[in-house]
Amino acid sequence: MEKFTLNINDQKVSIECAPDTPLLWALRDQLGLTGTKYGCGIAVCGSCTVHLDGTAIRSCSLPISAINDKAITTIEGVGKDELHPVQKAWIAENVPQCGFCQSGQIMSAIALLKQNGNPSDADIEQAMSGNICRCGTYIRIRSAIKNAAKNNV
Amino acid sequence: MKPNPSNNKLFKVSRRDFVKIGALGSTGLILGIPLGCKQDKNAFLTGREDAVFAPNVYITILGTGEVQLIAHRSEMGTGIRTSLPLVMADEMEADWTKVKIIQAVGDVKYGDQNTDGSYSVRMFYQPLRIAGATVKLMLMQAAAQEWQVDISECSAVNHEIVHSSGKSLGYGYLAEKAGALPIPDENEITLKDSKDFKFISKETVIYDLEDIVTGKAVYGLDVQIPDLKVAVIKRNPEAGAGIKSFNNDMATAIEGVSKVYKMESTAFPMGYNAPLGGIVVVANNTWTAIKARDAVEVVWDKGINASYDSNAFMQQMQRSVQKEGQVKRQQGSATKALKEAAKVIESDFLVPHLAHSPMETPCAVARYNADGTCDIWAPVQSPQWVRQAVAEALGIEESEVTINVTLLGSAFGRKSKPDFVVEAALISKEMNTPIKLLWTREDDIQHDFYHSNCAQHIKVGIDKNNKVTSWVHRTAFPSISGTASADAKGPSSDELCMGVLDMPFEIDNISCESLDAKAQIRIGWLRSVHNINHAFAIGSIVDQVAQARQMDPIDNMLDLLGSDRKIDFAAKVEGFNNYNVTLEEYPCDTHRLKQVVQLVKEKSGWGKSLPKGTGMGFAAHRSFLTYVACVVEVEVDDNNNIKIPMVHFAIDCGVPVNPDRIRAQFEGGAAFGASLALKSEINVKNGAVIEDNFNNYLVARMEDAPINTAVHFVENEEKPTGVGEPPVPPFIPALCNAIFMATGKRITRLPIRL
Repeated sequence: MEKFTLNINDQKVSIECAPDTPLLWALRDQLGLTGTKYGCGIAVCGSCTVHLDGTAIRSCSLPISAINDKAITTIEGVGKDELHPVQKAWIAENVPQCGFCQSGQIMSAIALLKQNGNPSDADIEQAMSGNICRCGTYIRIRSAIKNAAKNNV
Repeated sequence: MKPNPSNNKLFKVSRRDFVKIGALGSTGLILGIPLGCKQDKNAFLTGREDAVFAPNVYITILGTGEVQLIAHRSEMGTGIRTSLPLVMADEMEADWTKVKIIQAVGDVKYGDQNTDGSYSVRMFYQPLRIAGATVKLMLMQAAAQEWQVDISECSAVNHEIVHSSGKSLGYGYLAEKAGALPIPDENEITLKDSKDFKFISKETVIYDLEDIVTGKAVYGLDVQIPDLKVAVIKRNPEAGAGIKSFNNDMATAIEGVSKVYKMESTAFPMGYNAPLGGIVVVANNTWTAIKARDAVEVVWDKGINASYDSNAFMQQMQRSVQKEGQVKRQQGSATKALKEAAKVIESDFLVPHLAHSPMETPCAVARYNADGTCDIWAPVQSPQWVRQAVAEALGIEESEVTINVTLLGSAFGRKSKPDFVVEAALISKEMNTPIKLLWTREDDIQHDFYHSNCAQHIKVGIDKNNKVTSWVHRTAFPSISGTASADAKGPSSDELCMGVLDMPFEIDNISCESLDAKAQIRIGWLRSVHNINHAFAIGSIVDQVAQARQMDPIDNMLDLLGSDRKIDFAAKVEGFNNYNVTLEEYPCDTHRLKQVVQLVKEKSGWGKSLPKGTGMGFAAHRSFLTYVACVVEVEVDDNNNIKIPMVHFAIDCGVPVNPDRIRAQFEGGAAFGASLALKSEINVKNGAVIEDNFNNYLVARMEDAPINTAVHFVENEEKPTGVGEPPVPPFIPALCNAIFMATGKRITRLPIRL
């Protein structure tokens, strides 16, 4: 066990865990941030997507010891006071079915729009290809991203 | 519209639950003045805060005006947690913003809770309308009594009863008074006319929408209770085979590991409740449990399926369907007609095992309490079944088990089976502490209840006048019941009624046959079940038949469907199962099937000219009592990359209760179909599944799924039927037929490899 101080959703938090603990399990088991989901454990499904200094990463495969002082943002950290425009777009399009993968989808979409304010279909497919939705909400995810882009996220 | 009381067993059960007033008040004293008597702007809207009006198990009105509606079916993404409550809200004229939805625990008092088989709306639409309408009538009676007027002068408008003079009383105010009234007879109830619907057939967003997009929604693995420990299980790659020996020294040495022990396995066929068993690792957090599991050394035993090879099995099934099987539906003489045919079109069709792989893996929180009772929190489709299974496994009464149903991170049939919850309960009892059991993705993909792999052969005879005169359909697949019984040697007639025996074509000579195939791995029902295999084969062969007859595929389909008629399958097939309801109630009506075919033709731009490398394909299939026709547009590039720019569905599901969620099911159903058609395949070698995660068990990602899907409704006032499963079966052959048009290649095996 080692002590780590993390910068999560603009707050400094201290945790004690094995250094190889993936961020995902630290968030869920130790910090109670359960909006980030487990889907595969090998960074191929995207359910666990969070931001590390604004970039979308798979938290299931990022050990705590590799994070240092980088800023982590989870779904709980976006739209804290008011819903984020991407969340609003998700609501406007009624995207979710079961909803389980949607935290990860939203985190990937926010990261995409931060880099590219006007993504093409191919840009969207590329950025979102790491996020699986078994319910198959892809059509609405695509529209929500386009709508959020139109509203200048 | 008067309900038919005989249809509503559920409501009769619920009528036993009596009106409770003041049940929440602890002293039994009435203190103060009811809020509703204050002459402020909220006058007469609310009543005594502790008033509770609960005339049936689904609906409670509080003195505050809050309406609590029970969602007794499980929410796995279909929107049912919203769609059934809105049916009640509509009939009772409730204000949706004052509605709180409460998820039911598993309890027979709610009626059927098995969220499966696309029947939630079908089974509960009418009883819940009556439940809502009864509440409305009682509120009107209470208001009429209060005002000393005739009830005909009262009407219900948005959470209030309004008198013809303009005065009104709120539902909260009336709750206590309505609770004092006797429950009216069903023949006094009048249901709304469909033109007055406020929610039914309108658009209502799902109740959990904002919680989902903010990460607050609670699924199985998100449940937190004090003193939870986490368990994972190391499992024998061959399901049901046991353990020779194991060494837990390395695992127990890891800091945070509580215990590593052996859970007995139940030999195959173990059924749906039995834990798979293995080496259980309990730790103080998930990562420690996973690491310790990897550190356990095990020598596995071999079971009766140690030589199961799905490839060899498929070849064996394919050989078997070349010869006549057990004839389950016969008409005329297909053999004779085939001999006389001018042309015979025939093909084999193969579908592999498939895994459910819901986004949320199986998981459960169990707390075996000191008093011998047990509380469960889990994402389950069938909470009553889980309650029974847990009680049985723990040797306690069902009444001592509470099943709290969380949101399900999708399920597709996997979470119908209680096995994973039973495991959690047993571990909690063993450890004497609350347990959160996680199935990792590897567990999920390697130890599923797999979709039946299937080989089929279809032979169609066309005479010299270009008329289809014979139809022979042979299918071989392991039965779902083979998971529970060694006696199940092949398809049951119930299973054959999903796409084989309910074949709707008007052909003179028919032989539908099945061939035995024994389950050698856990088999289960996957979204759309055997319709996946059979609609793929039938939808594909009829496209070949159209080609042979030089007919447009849609004209060919309309010709095959023949005259408008309600097909009397009961007379044609012994033990015909029409999705557990009678053909009188829910006929197989060729007129309705032809209507969706014509509608999809009209809406899809069928027949338009298409550039090279693109194609449009068509198929139609009735399953789960819903009629669906589908047109898929496809683009295939020089590298055989497949893109699906457009899908059109035309559907007849009766009254569309929540159209946006119906569209969502069809959009998602097409994506699910794209997974099965293009990507997914489970292979078994030496009794062990080869695939183990989403890097080798492939599913559709955004770039593989349809880019657009349009859903066109046949408008009618027929009884509503389900939409969870019906989208998948026709999509797959429509896609295959589109690929044929684009490339000239016929697809006879899934997943598609060009």
